[in-house]
Amino acid sequence: MSTIQEQAEEAIFALQVVPLPDRFRFSALLGRIPRNVLGLVLPVLILIVWEVLSRAGVLAANWFPAPSAIAGTLLDLLHGGELIRHVLVTLARVLAGFLIGTLAATILGGVVGSTPLVRHLLDPTLQALRNIPSMAWVPLFLLWLGIHESSKIALIAVGVFFPVYLNLLSGILTADRKLVEVGQVFRLNKTQLVRRVILPAALPSYLVGLRSGLSLGWMFVVAAEIMGASSGLGYLMIDGQMTGRASVIIASIVLFAIFGKLTDLVIESFGNRLLSQRGLGI
Amino acid sequence: MSGTSVSVERGRALLDIRGITRKFSVNGGELTALQDISLSVRQGEFVSIIGGSGCGKSTLLRIIAGLDTEYEGSAEFDGARISGPGLERGVVFQEHRLFPWLTVRQNVAFGMGNTPTKSDWESVNEHIDLVGLNGFEGAYPHQLSGGMAQRASIARALANRPQALLLDEPFGALDALTKIQMQQEILRIWATEKATMILVTHDIDEAIYLGDRVVIMSNRPGTIKRVIPVDLPRPRDRGSYEFTQVRSAIYAEFFRQEDKPFAYAI
Repeated sequence: MSTIQEQAEEAIFALQVVPLPDRFRFSALLGRIPRNVLGLVLPVLILIVWEVLSRAGVLAANWFPAPSAIAGTLLDLLHGGELIRHVLVTLARVLAGFLIGTLAATILGGVVGSTPLVRHLLDPTLQALRNIPSMAWVPLFLLWLGIHESSKIALIAVGVFFPVYLNLLSGILTADRKLVEVGQVFRLNKTQLVRRVILPAALPSYLVGLRSGLSLGWMFVVAAEIMGASSGLGYLMIDGQMTGRASVIIASIVLFAIFGKLTDLVIESFGNRLLSQRGLGI
Repeated sequence: MSGTSVSVERGRALLDIRGITRKFSVNGGELTALQDISLSVRQGEFVSIIGGSGCGKSTLLRIIAGLDTEYEGSAEFDGARISGPGLERGVVFQEHRLFPWLTVRQNVAFGMGNTPTKSDWESVNEHIDLVGLNGFEGAYPHQLSGGMAQRASIARALANRPQALLLDEPFGALDALTKIQMQQEILRIWATEKATMILVTHDIDEAIYLGDRVVIMSNRPGTIKRVIPVDLPRPRDRGSYEFTQVRSAIYAEFFRQEDKPFAYAI
């Protein structure tokens, strides 16, 4: 008969899993890779498998061109000078739409947020307009503004407008009442209160709005260019579809991803710099 | 040395409250937060207001601060009816309420307006020194400890050289040791600045340690139950017999005899 303590010790011993030597463990292998590189492991693996399967003929080359074939297509486009033009046109559209949408959203959001009368007057209408799927504007914009640049930029601006407007407004409306009260204690008038307390308090939310506005801007530039354009990355995609070149379509997708990410990084680092003093980030 | 009842009698009435009642409408009904409050505070006096949560003590302070103007009765500060906030009344809240996007120096200078003058900056620096934050002028609020943030908030309230400092449970969120340290600091600041201090607290020891008088408020509706003068020299010894006497007197106002665990032993 063993004592209760002995039984307990046996039970604890049984629970202890003998660890495998490090070299046998997958997690130990992954653990050696630096954390910031770890995220690359999966995409690189997928690319390798994809390449191998394409070369082995498992994936049909016309539907799933190998990564190397896509890279080749990109290089060809680049050498032709065509690619840079398409990229620049698309970037210019996104930038113009983003600036116009942001400007409108900032002015309207600021006025609606700081003037209750205007808020009760305008906000219900804007909230209602927000419920219209933005793609539904396309025919109307084409009719009004023609098939040229202005209709595309208007569509992108509409896409950018709502996230920026809504985030700025909510930032203003949820500005910490307690900080506003401090402003009142120091006898700030309405304008000073908005400028010195409410707008700085709304900044984090506004930056989040800019960021999601930009990502919607990219979404809408694709739509605008697919619907009718003679240049731009979206046009390149349609061109690839018409001519049955999957590699061109995938190359365009990759470029959208790269430039979308790059512009997002610009806003992110700008926002983080503005918010670092508060110990915050976006 | 200021702080004894003698110096209190010397001062004139700075704050004069007569028959204040404050009602709130809650869910269609009416809630009387304060009922017929009368209180006079002399220049340079340190008054502690104590009461349980929901007794309206913070509402009273907000009325004095001018943040709540929907009251019945008369509240006068320095001879003028209180109808809004004023720079002659500095406020320190329970939370530090520093602006997270401003440095300590910018926060302390917040009440100076857009373009602080040279003497404004001198006052800012002087008050940063006074609360012992020199070396931290460029720090942002998120880099400060709770006690340091509350010091900055006190400096901000004092930078405009107010006649009165209104303290709404300023140390309630601090740990016990920091709290005692801050209580000593506030007495030192009071002696230096010679500002009138009105402190709202739910801490009986804090009220006695700091106040020339302790105003005891009762719950629902909030009324002034009793005012106990504390005629003890400063710094006060929290363990002394006299201190304990005052504490027992205040306890007796809050708890019935049979609630006191030591009542039977007497």
